[in-house]
Amino acid sequence: MNESRRVYFDHQATCPVDPRVLEAMLPFFRETFGNAASRSHSYGWDAERATDQARESIGAAIGASGREIVFTSGATESNNLAILGAARMYRDKGKHLITCGTEHKAVLDPMKFLEHEGWEVTVLDVDGLGRIDLDALRAAIRPDTTLVSLMHANNEIGTLHPIAKIGAICKEKGVLFHTDATQSVGKVPVDVEAMGVDLLSASAHKIYGPKGVGMLYVRRRAPRVRLDPIMHGGGHERGLRSGTLNVPGIVGFARALELCLAERDSDSARVGALRDRLQRRFEEALTHVHVNGDQENRLAANLNISFEFVEGESLLMGMEGIAVSSGSACTSASLEPSYVLRALGVGDELAHSSVRFSLGRASTEDEVDYVAARTIAAVTRLREMSPLYEMALEGIDLKTVQWTGH
Amino acid sequence: MVYSEKVIDHYQHPRNVGSLDKSSSEVGTGVVGAPECGDVMKLQIQVEDGVIVDAKFKTFGCGSAIASSSLATEWLKGRTIEEAQQIRNVDIVEELALPPVKIHCSVLAEDAIRSALEDWRKKQSQPNA
Ligand SMILES: Cc1ncc(COP(=O)(O)O)c(C=O)c1O
Repeated sequence: MNESRRVYFDHQATCPVDPRVLEAMLPFFRETFGNAASRSHSYGWDAERATDQARESIGAAIGASGREIVFTSGATESNNLAILGAARMYRDKGKHLITCGTEHKAVLDPMKFLEHEGWEVTVLDVDGLGRIDLDALRAAIRPDTTLVSLMHANNEIGTLHPIAKIGAICKEKGVLFHTDATQSVGKVPVDVEAMGVDLLSASAHKIYGPKGVGMLYVRRRAPRVRLDPIMHGGGHERGLRSGTLNVPGIVGFARALELCLAERDSDSARVGALRDRLQRRFEEALTHVHVNGDQENRLAANLNISFEFVEGESLLMGMEGIAVSSGSACTSASLEPSYVLRALGVGDELAHSSVRFSLGRASTEDEVDYVAARTIAAVTRLREMSPLYEMALEGIDLKTVQWTGH
Repeated sequence: MVYSEKVIDHYQHPRNVGSLDKSSSEVGTGVVGAPECGDVMKLQIQVEDGVIVDAKFKTFGCGSAIASSSLATEWLKGRTIEEAQQIRNVDIVEELALPPVKIHCSVLAEDAIRSALEDWRKKQSQPNA
């Protein structure tokens, strides 16, 4: 096999910018470089017209109006603005927030920050497939609850939460509902009206747009949501997010989303078939493989799979040239295995053995077969040198072994 | 993670992968680490007349853990028991140019050596075992 060949199967981390998106952005670095806040000349007017169009287009893509879109630097900022902004704005109503254990750090950490500031946070459990229990959500909402934040699609396992049902519960209980839709916008249908969403985060770089631009949808009616800004300055974005607009980024974001919507159904059917092919290859060639997440309700591009008895980082090392992620502690800065898989109760050993493959628009059958073959070869080789595999073959139950730990 | 050339070499061409007969009185076996922690090393030595004539390993763990145990088996072969006792994790860190976050891999390898030596010694004190 040609070891120098490169394959990118890490689209849930980020995507390349689609050439059509780049094309749309370029004029806004050159001729139309104005500041969208400049009211006194055509450079400014042209820039503002472009961002307004982008706003309308992005709003329409999620069933909202352009005036409900606040541009940010990405989903991390959008999540922070939604959570900190709503919690602080409605602090007189109460100081209780609800989220769940598999959220992105950009949701969990602002929540944790608020805990230090005197808020109380309920972190809902998920089941073995990463699903929340709607009755548990309903039971967790209290008179002093102001915000529920639950993501649409999970970034590690691709599990989709039933957003419309969650939205209905929040509406019935009179609490605001924020969803981090960074991984779902452009890939599965999103409609803030049908889903009863009050705040929604998205990011351009997950949908073939540029890095460093995102948006927060903020509902303007029924109910009108108000936020305490976290960025103070010139009063841009109706005071919700001061700072000169990233005009090329915003134009690129809108173009990227338009392309996703135009091609969504064919893309997701094609990508889903490729993902299934990859999964099938593993299941046919190897024993002791475990798919993590909900195979019924999952992003088409996602395959998170644990290859038992093999540690993830060593596996990635054996797949040089192939870009994927692992839930192994050794690949993360924290030295802890994936907290998302832990929340599912997957077990630390299998979390250490997990690999996330995320396919994209340009992925091909040939790439799938190549990645499958390289992965299978690496797993097989590493299992031959794994003491755990040897023990399992000898019929030893690894759970009964007295490990030394450290 | 950027790996040193030596780590990559041991990972790609591990020395002495395999198993020795753990019931033999000449063989000492050490198994250290835990699956939940992401690394388990099994290291075995075969001793004749106080000299380690063979060493084998199997490791579940990252590339640095595999390299540390592979290197350990290489160093053990041909050494006396006393010499083997002298191998320190810092020697492994230095030889493989391990970064700080991977030092625990070398510690585990040292533990595995000690555990294998201990097992062998125990067998010698109970000759009928
Ligand atoms: C679910 C989710 N939320 C938030 C983020 C953060 O997005 P950004 O990189 O735009 O800040 C990501 C991307 O890593 C994500 O997958």
